[in-house]
Amino acid sequence: MKTWIAFWGILRKDIKNYYLKPPNISWGIIFPLSWTLMQMIRSSGGLDFSEIRHMLPGLMAMSILFGTTSMLAVTITFERKGRSFDRLLLAPISVGTMVAAKLSGAIFFGIFNAFVPVVFAALFVDLAGINWVAMLLAVFLIAVTSTLLGLMIAVSAKEVFEAQTLSNFFRFPMLFLCGLFLPISSLPVFLKPISYLLPLTYGTDLLGAAILGKGVLPPVLSVLILIAFSAILFTLCQYNIRRKWIL
Amino acid sequence: MSNTDIVTVKNLSKNYGDITAVNKISFSIRRGEIFGFLGPNGAGKTTTINMMIGLAKPSCGTIVIDGIDAVKNVKKAQSIIGIVPDESNLYNEMDGFNNLCFCGSLYGMRKDVREKKARELLEKFDLAKAGKRPFKAYSKGMRRKLTIAAGIIHEPEILFLDEPTTGIDVESARQIRQMLLQLKQAGTTIFITTHYIEDAERICDRIAFIVDGNIVENGTVSELMKNFTQGHSIRLTADRDLEPLAGELQARFGDCTVKTETDHTITLISRERIPLLPVMEYLDSNGISVYEAKELLPSLEDVFVKVTGLEAAKLKKEKVKEGMVK
Ligand SMILES: Nc1ncnc2c1ncn2[C@@H]1O[C@H](COP(=O)(O)OP(=O)(O)OP(=O)(O)O)[C@@H](O)[C@H]1O
Ligand SMILES: [Mg+2]
Repeated sequence: MKTWIAFWGILRKDIKNYYLKPPNISWGIIFPLSWTLMQMIRSSGGLDFSEIRHMLPGLMAMSILFGTTSMLAVTITFERKGRSFDRLLLAPISVGTMVAAKLSGAIFFGIFNAFVPVVFAALFVDLAGINWVAMLLAVFLIAVTSTLLGLMIAVSAKEVFEAQTLSNFFRFPMLFLCGLFLPISSLPVFLKPISYLLPLTYGTDLLGAAILGKGVLPPVLSVLILIAFSAILFTLCQYNIRRKWIL
Repeated sequence: MSNTDIVTVKNLSKNYGDITAVNKISFSIRRGEIFGFLGPNGAGKTTTINMMIGLAKPSCGTIVIDGIDAVKNVKKAQSIIGIVPDESNLYNEMDGFNNLCFCGSLYGMRKDVREKKARELLEKFDLAKAGKRPFKAYSKGMRRKLTIAAGIIHEPEILFLDEPTTGIDVESARQIRQMLLQLKQAGTTIFITTHYIEDAERICDRIAFIVDGNIVENGTVSELMKNFTQGHSIRLTADRDLEPLAGELQARFGDCTVKTETDHTITLISRERIPLLPVMEYLDSNGISVYEAKELLPSLEDVFVKVTGLEAAKLKKEKVKEGMVK
């Protein structure tokens, strides 16, 4: 019970203090939206809505990736810098609970981000035939793994700008390596193994399966791999936090 | 360890690379007392607190808090302690009331309970009106008070405060000392670090002097004083310079050491108590009026200087500097 009160307390504070602040909400809407528009213009020279469904998995994955990782840079690196994070480390709750609470906010934010392109697309094209359950599962798992990746970065960074730079170092290559806009099959052979080491590859594939009905891997396999990634990353993060933050 | 000890620290050390911040210190805190750590900048006060509260890992040594191994079982120990760090680390964007409620929630306090307690504390710290203002709009003294309130909202058994009176005005410092005494009365054990000798003298039951990571002396204030009081000294203030009479005075009162100063005073120092009448009569017969006679007791400051070999001025200087910049 006490743990739950603390967990909810941290999550609610983050939502109120960070996620519901106007700049972040608008970032969460404008960023996915502008990428969506850009992709539409790029593919046809004019506004072309017919392609939008094909681009949806990539757009959603990207929105989640950028939304979650940038928020963690703020909610963690910023609090670390202002020392208010010490309060969380000093609270009588396990590091796991504390980390889970910090992550939940970013995960929700990522999920919210993912649906911006979906809502936008729904205005113009018929989205019938999507496997919504699989899509939601994919969105959730992408959000979890991206958030954990963001946390790994936040643990290593001392300043907010450092966290941002470091996360761009990972994010931009991932856009190309994880099959968001280019199929992995079209990548040079030597890059392919890297693709399969990144959780986002499986998430995007799962999204493709849910929205377009065409995934490279069996959906169940992707789900299992994503869960495994989450568990490993979560353990690593906890270990890293104990090692790096409790000096 | 006696059963009245609530905290026992043994051989505690902390090394940062080649720097030894804390060097094999041992001490214990009794239940219900205010225990002070007095030392200059860089002595290792914050490092010691951080190890005790679980924000730093000891290089070696043990910490037992209320029977709990606070090194191995950090989270359990944390549930009974309250912490007031040297820098206010509340949330700038949140108002005072919500800051307190949030801190309460971290300790698992239910909504109605923590809100009631938060209101009480705001009232008690004269912050009721500021409760709805964001923390970043608080003055330094207000910030410190709210930080203390946040440290006690869950009614901890032991409260750790790192320099609670540094960098705030005299009145706020007084209020804070008053508050700590009230908490003590209510049964809370308090560990406080400071480099204000006055703080230590006014509110601490027992004190440890820490210099360069070592505890050089510890005991109750009166114990520390007693150990360092040698003999008696009395200072007389007269209406004129006593310098010309110095030789004659020393000859007449051979069992005292007589020191004359240019500010019309003489100080008589002796192992035994000093009878004043003969001195007064002698001065009177020389047409000198004495306006004041005062026994000079050593201050904790003198003891500190003797024990640590540090100039009290060094502490003072830091104090002034901090007061200005912080
Ligand atoms: N994270 C750290 N890395 C390296 N050295 C450190 C670290 N923290 C503290 N030190 C060193 O340990 C020593 C003790 O520092 P500490 O902060 O405990 O002193 P303090 O008594 O609290 O001083 P102050 O009155 O200035 O707060 C100092 O020499 C300091 O430079
Ligand atoms: Mg300090």
